Amino acid sequence: MHSVNKHKKWWQKIIGDKMTLSGALSFFIMGLGQFRNRQIAKGLFFFGIQFIYVLFEIMTSSLVSEVIPGQPKAWGYGFFRKGLWGIYTLGESTGGRFRDNSTMLMIEGLIAIMLLLVYLFFWIYNIKDANNIHLRYLETGQRQTSKEFLDELFEKSFAYVIIGPALILLMLISIMPILFGLLIAFTNYDAYHLTPANLLDWVGFENFKKLFTYTRWKNTFIGVTLWTVSWATLATFTTFFGGLFLAIIVNNKYVAFKRFWRTILIIPWAIPGMISLLVFSNFFNQTYGPLNQMLGKSIPWLNEPMHARATLLIVNFWLGVPYFMMLMSGLLTSFDKTLYEAAKVDGATNTQIFWRITFPILFTQVLPLLVMSFAHNFNNFGAVFFLTNGGPRNINYEYAGHTDLLISWIYKMTVDFKMYNMASVMSFVIFLIIGTISVFNFSRTKAFKEEF
Amino acid sequence: MAVQLKRKPKESNKTYLLRLLSIIAIYLILIILSVAVIYPVIWIVGSSFNEGTSLASSRAIPKNFTLDNYIRLFQKTKYKTWYLNTLKIAVVNMIASVFLSGTMGYVFARLKFAGKKFGLMSILILQMFPTFMGMVAIYVLFLNFGLLDKPLALVLIYAVGQIPYNTWLIKGYLNNVPKSLDEAAYVDGATKFQTFTKIILPIMSPILTFVAITQFMAPWFDFILPNYLISSDEKRTLAVGLYRLINGQQNNNFTMFAAGSVLVAAPITILYIFLQKFLVEGLTAGANKE
Repeated sequence: MHSVNKHKKWWQKIIGDKMTLSGALSFFIMGLGQFRNRQIAKGLFFFGIQFIYVLFEIMTSSLVSEVIPGQPKAWGYGFFRKGLWGIYTLGESTGGRFRDNSTMLMIEGLIAIMLLLVYLFFWIYNIKDANNIHLRYLETGQRQTSKEFLDELFEKSFAYVIIGPALILLMLISIMPILFGLLIAFTNYDAYHLTPANLLDWVGFENFKKLFTYTRWKNTFIGVTLWTVSWATLATFTTFFGGLFLAIIVNNKYVAFKRFWRTILIIPWAIPGMISLLVFSNFFNQTYGPLNQMLGKSIPWLNEPMHARATLLIVNFWLGVPYFMMLMSGLLTSFDKTLYEAAKVDGATNTQIFWRITFPILFTQVLPLLVMSFAHNFNNFGAVFFLTNGGPRNINYEYAGHTDLLISWIYKMTVDFKMYNMASVMSFVIFLIIGTISVFNFSRTKAFKEEF
Repeated sequence: MAVQLKRKPKESNKTYLLRLLSIIAIYLILIILSVAVIYPVIWIVGSSFNEGTSLASSRAIPKNFTLDNYIRLFQKTKYKTWYLNTLKIAVVNMIASVFLSGTMGYVFARLKFAGKKFGLMSILILQMFPTFMGMVAIYVLFLNFGLLDKPLALVLIYAVGQIPYNTWLIKGYLNNVPKSLDEAAYVDGATKFQTFTKIILPIMSPILTFVAITQFMAPWFDFILPNYLISSDEKRTLAVGLYRLINGQQNNNFTMFAAGSVLVAAPITILYIFLQKFLVEGLTAGANKE
């Protein structure tokens, strides 16, 4: 097991160097090969795992549990078989006492598959172990004793035991729902097919096709995506340059009471964003808002598409600049002063120093944060939902308004219109875009480089 | 640092004038921006002391100062219940998160085990999904486990949903601490558990504090999940309660909403201003670049 991996074939990495009788025994019954290798404790360990799975399957099947007269055959399957059946068929019987609930079947199916994957891992490991231990015994005549195995097991499983609860919760609350969310994209789960009244069906790539062939969907998709990208770019750059500008101004040598100004200017960052956004949605109210009252005009800040988009950017500027200002202030003050002095000696002007020295250094340092900020703005649900709620309405769009981002469009489709399948298709799009950006960004960080 | 307005010796008329002008420009900008920052704040605080209920009649400086809105807030709405619900969620979420994320971060930073890289990669991908993408499944799951309309069940989603991000954050922080520290403890005969409690835990405390603060804050203004999973008024959280108070009700409830906002935002704003340096450092720790 510890020999060089380079010269091994792919299957040798999986089942060990050579298939032996021990491996074959373990292939059929987990732990049997270990017994042949005279590793009783290890054999019991693997056998126990298999035993638990089989017992669980039997206990949940009609062999043990009560059979209600007239129930469909599948209702008597054990947990794993029923799970696989359910996720494949999404249910067969509708109405009455024995109606299948497709969403529930999908969730049970996903849980069954995840548990079976864990089983598969142990099963393969059990074959590989049986093979390798036997081969090593033939070579060296030495075997690991049960005590040694138990010590090793304890040492190795320490990490798993600590993170076990967190991992199980992650599987159930995080991974399973996301997988479910993605699978919905391939079903007809929408406002016209709601569970448990209806059964769902797999529809393949039908929903993806709809996005590119139905004019209304296509228009909405393209329109919303374009706006989302422009919004994320503009929102990130305005707050970045705004923050940089403010940091330079506040840290200027002519400014007295720097702490005072800085404290005032970070207030928007400190106020909870949702409150600020709700307050601004009233502040910019066309008829009653204080701004229009003050100006004595009736500017449709949130009621006309272009105005609403501009207002959104202005409010985001108000909310986002302080963060970048604080960040840049920190970076600017930690700058190496000798660079400036050297440049000054060489006769550079202040402007030149800024654009040729300060800015490039700052930019490379903040780049990862800029990318993070872009990703955040891309999915900035709160800004849109609380300020404009996606409005004003766009009659050419399917379930979206002029200022809706992809993320708020998904929200509306899920919560208000129950178009789960199309929402899920859009989630794929978001995942592709944000996933690529995040991986690119993250692969440059120190934490990542140390690990991979 | 005093601002030098007087003309410096050997300074030409032109440069002196330019200097004066830029000083004026800088202060002008600062004053304008400060007004832009502070005016909405004054307006909402002022509105909460206004007479009347509507958006149209509320003024930044109230004509007749009154505490009516605050009194009505507690009598007419379930504000106090919302506040307590959220506080409960926040406290439990803070404890659960520190425990779950802390152990994950420690294990991934310090222990060697099979599947570590796979695990790190998976949680990296996981943190890219917005929580509500899995919302429908969570709804069905909660429905079947009888967890719908239970405020504390939200903690499950908050605490677990943040594990991926926090794990990377804590791991990144611990990677900057030399491993020789815990190795020395092993050499002295300490067990893994002792090393963890006596050496690692004290080292981790700043980043755990950061996690605790952010996780305590998260439930106060999360809207999507509680809005979707909680239906009865007396179980709502503050964010949902406040949103429903104002949404489409600007004429009846605006000043009451202002009062509610001030009550919840004031402590948080003050806390953030005091903790600004600490919080910004925590935010940037995740993006620690070489």
